[in-house]
Amino acid sequence: MSRVAEVFESMTYGPAPEAPDAAYAWLDEHERKFGLFINGRWVEPKSKKFYDTSNPATGEPLAQIADAGRSDVDAAVKAARAAFPAWSALSGHARARYLYAIARHIQKHHRLLAVLETLDNGKPIRESRDIDVPLVARHFYYHAGWAQLQETELAGYAPVGVVGQVIPWNFPLLMLAWKIAPAIAMGNTVVLKPAPYTPLTALLFAEICHEVGLPPGVVNIVTGGDKTGAAITEHPDLDKIAFTGSTGVGRIIRRVTAGTGKRLSLELGGKSPFIVFADADQDAAIEGIVDAIWFNQGQVCCAGSRLLVQESIAERFLEKLRRRMATLRVGDPLDKGVDIGAIVDPIQCQTIDRWVQTGIAEGAHIYQPDTPLPERGCWYPPTLLTNVDPASTVAQEEIFGPVLVAMTFRTPKEAVALANNTRYGLAASIWSENINLALDIAQQVKAGSVWVNSTNLFDAASGFGGYRESGFGREGGKEGLFEYLRPAWEERPRPQWEPSSGGKWGVAIPGRPLPVNGHGPLANGPLGTIDRTPKLFIGGKQKRPDGAYTRPVLGPGGELVGQVADGNRKDIRDAVEAARKAEGWAGKTGHARAQILYYIAENLSARGEEFAERIVAMTGRSDESALAEVGKSISRLFTYAAWADKYGGQVQETTLRGIVLGLNEPIGVVGIACPDEYPLLAFVSLVAPAIARGNTVVAIPSERYPLSATDFYQILETSDVPGGVVNIVTGVRDVLTKTLVEHDDVDAMWYFGSAEGSCYVEQLSAGNMKRTWVNYGLPRDWMDEAQGAGHEFLREATQLKNIWVPTGE
Amino acid sequence: MNHPIERNPGTTLHLDWIEDLRVNRSAVERRTSTIPARRSVKKDWQAAWLLRAITCIDLTTLSGDDTPGNVRRLCAKARQPVRQDILDALGVGDKKITVAAVCVYHMRVPDAVAALQGTNIPVAAVSTGFPAGLNPFKQRVEEIRQSVAAGAREIDIVITREHVLLERWDRLYDEVRQFREACGEAHMKTILATGELGTLTNVAKASMVCMMAGADFIKTSTGKESVNATLEVGLVMARMIREYRDRTGYKVGFKPAGGIRTAKQAMAWQILMKEELGDEWLFPHLFRFGASTLLTDLERQLSHHVTGRYAAAHHMPMG
Repeated sequence: MSRVAEVFESMTYGPAPEAPDAAYAWLDEHERKFGLFINGRWVEPKSKKFYDTSNPATGEPLAQIADAGRSDVDAAVKAARAAFPAWSALSGHARARYLYAIARHIQKHHRLLAVLETLDNGKPIRESRDIDVPLVARHFYYHAGWAQLQETELAGYAPVGVVGQVIPWNFPLLMLAWKIAPAIAMGNTVVLKPAPYTPLTALLFAEICHEVGLPPGVVNIVTGGDKTGAAITEHPDLDKIAFTGSTGVGRIIRRVTAGTGKRLSLELGGKSPFIVFADADQDAAIEGIVDAIWFNQGQVCCAGSRLLVQESIAERFLEKLRRRMATLRVGDPLDKGVDIGAIVDPIQCQTIDRWVQTGIAEGAHIYQPDTPLPERGCWYPPTLLTNVDPASTVAQEEIFGPVLVAMTFRTPKEAVALANNTRYGLAASIWSENINLALDIAQQVKAGSVWVNSTNLFDAASGFGGYRESGFGREGGKEGLFEYLRPAWEERPRPQWEPSSGGKWGVAIPGRPLPVNGHGPLANGPLGTIDRTPKLFIGGKQKRPDGAYTRPVLGPGGELVGQVADGNRKDIRDAVEAARKAEGWAGKTGHARAQILYYIAENLSARGEEFAERIVAMTGRSDESALAEVGKSISRLFTYAAWADKYGGQVQETTLRGIVLGLNEPIGVVGIACPDEYPLLAFVSLVAPAIARGNTVVAIPSERYPLSATDFYQILETSDVPGGVVNIVTGVRDVLTKTLVEHDDVDAMWYFGSAEGSCYVEQLSAGNMKRTWVNYGLPRDWMDEAQGAGHEFLREATQLKNIWVPTGE
Repeated sequence: MNHPIERNPGTTLHLDWIEDLRVNRSAVERRTSTIPARRSVKKDWQAAWLLRAITCIDLTTLSGDDTPGNVRRLCAKARQPVRQDILDALGVGDKKITVAAVCVYHMRVPDAVAALQGTNIPVAAVSTGFPAGLNPFKQRVEEIRQSVAAGAREIDIVITREHVLLERWDRLYDEVRQFREACGEAHMKTILATGELGTLTNVAKASMVCMMAGADFIKTSTGKESVNATLEVGLVMARMIREYRDRTGYKVGFKPAGGIRTAKQAMAWQILMKEELGDEWLFPHLFRFGASTLLTDLERQLSHHVTGRYAAAHHMPMG
């Protein structure tokens, strides 16, 4: 019987391989050996070291790849540094032309890039061809546009400088595009390290840069492993590090870059919920799951790996899911009829299996269809784990493989609670045909990307990035540009400091009275003022400090001008608890928050002279200067009252038919350590934007001049500010900061203190990957509108959530 | 090859089966845009699948100017849809490959029956006031009876779109039930005219009601609406067939019709069937293409497979 006659009856699928000839020819033309792309040329690594990259579907080695050492990274950074002045000085239009050319060339080499990606990574050719490479081209087109518009739309900002970028192996070329496109569009130059498993498309991209005539040194590609990565993240002459990868490595990078003045953006792990309500289009949701967790073998940071399905439909839904799993085809990723390709490396395969075995040991039920797996190569079948609870290891840990865990919920409220019961916050997918329900849940889920009745949608116009321990910063959209820009007035901080004795930062002996000799008493006494006892302000109430210690506040001549409570760990703990309880503040309308801010300004104005006198008494500045500070503080309250209902977000113009809403959401509980300069104005300039945008605050006033802030709580008390929205804890700035920054329930820490303190804040923030904003000990001019107010503050006070809402009936 | 199946007897009208139906258009579109891209059928497999597609064609002529002459020519093509030399080269020369049925208006049924004598190819008649379905009800039922009496073994009925648009599911059910009774032993394909139903949710609900009323097949279109067989409505209808099978155990067939002209389109439909419903829906007892010009393209592709050269339409005998 002929094969045609046979298949005519069996109606099976046959092999349909994409030919790798062009990719092999390209590799052969390089003699299957690659150097480093530095300063627009291929150079031999000074390290003289090479390693093999191989095809995970076959185990066959593809090429030898340079393993760059520190001196190689040095050379790349030098080339990028040398290229920076001319590149950043080019007009936006000139840079736009280069990015446009790169986009065009990506399209011209579309198939070669796709095949090479699949060979090196193991992902199905359908995905590299139909998803990865088109998104890459789109990313360069989109950012060509921002380069063109930079002078007008991003006036007042300058490029960050030379950027080190380290990317993962799951979307090798796409992650490269997400890193390089915004960086060079904005006038930065880059040193990029692809992942050791998947360097090939980055090397082909290097040749595209050459092909389009990109000036040498603007893009440098250095290959290598963890040591090369460390050489980049630790390099002193880089101005920014951008990293995508695991939360574990992200923490290390946060620590090693702490205190260096380098900017940092991190796109890390996830355990994203996939929520199916009873009124969903269930067949659609099943296909959504396929795209969520069996896309790219589940090796996707935003994979919908935690299925939450409403209990009333769970049994039937899971049965449908099992049936669908049985039709997934696993195998040769170059085959155009394959759904699930090869796992990137045997080590990754073992890791996945270890998690699954842990799940089973903890009681999970496993389902894997009888899908045949190829004999050689690195494969893992689609896997469903049921009988899993939030307490199960597999429900908490990112598995990074084709493994779905399923749990049920009873009510929308419970769905939100389960969805948010995670350290991560990268993405979420919500399935319901009830728009009220779907959008309500979308607003409540803590995640950077929320897909309604859809999943794993990406576009250059919609910034991608996480909440919580999924990292910070956005890639894509206008929001992503600011990762590669700094305010033009600000120079790259290069903090230097002498370490506190014995590494004892954040430690102090509690406050006590001053020696009698040399210090006058407070002006109490007969017919003087009545003794005042500023307390802590926690949960809307004046509280005595837990430790019952008091610190003196001195005037310019060393005289005692007042006393404040000496707060300690427990006071910070109570303040954070109060701030967390006050989260309902975020749910108030912008109008309501604005009214309260105006009211604060009104009440401050009524007592303006008294506040000015206090500033004079503490600082010895002139009346005029103090009055100006009070006046500016009132103006600033007006500024953020104004912004309270004007920074909600925007509609993102993606390729989706539908609406993508970019919402600027509050970050949550923000710790703020205020500087000593302008004790009232700086306090107001920091607290006001935070609360205007719906955050709740634990503020540590100026250590030296705390009385402006303690006076201020009386203003808060009379201005209808709900209890817990602003909490004020006085004491030793760094002692209190240390507790705050180590607190896992604090979402952001703003620190305006010393260079050393800034370093510790960044380092310690790695505990829960809280966002940090520090001054590296450099003062800013709070009276200046550019430095003391505006978009920078609003951006720090918010995080962007993009909600994708496809439309059509 | 023709797997015998138990005919769908229908059920009573379960309104609760349709109340819970939800269709998300954008998700449907994502699925249909990726289905053809997720699977690729090449070389011998492609030839086999295209041959299989030919056996699923309801070779159709539904024109005002149909005469005994052109219907006879069509029937000749139905009996020998692919040149014998091509079939021999493919190693299927002995398979007696024919199309699934010939589909005509009532007045041409006797011509087709005569022309197909000696074959097992059934004649299908479009009926019930095709294509608009707005003739008097009794007349529509009578039309079925007469076509069956004239020798039609399959009847393609049209539903009253009004019943769907006004969500009068009981009326739709009663209408189709009575059509089914009139069909007797003849198999009934229920044309939903999806291009006139407004929403995919309506398509889903109408599909389910027609199956409850005893449809043997559900069919997308008459070919006369401005929008005919799209993969989107096909996906929704296929999923309803699956739902109905899950609920009742009965397998209902599917027939996309209108606008399917190329081998590439046919393959996309086949992949959709295989992925969403399973292999059985690749065979003519559960799957048909309503098409007139598709056959020529399929035959050309088969010729290309055999010779390695692209074929000209005039090398293929006309239907």
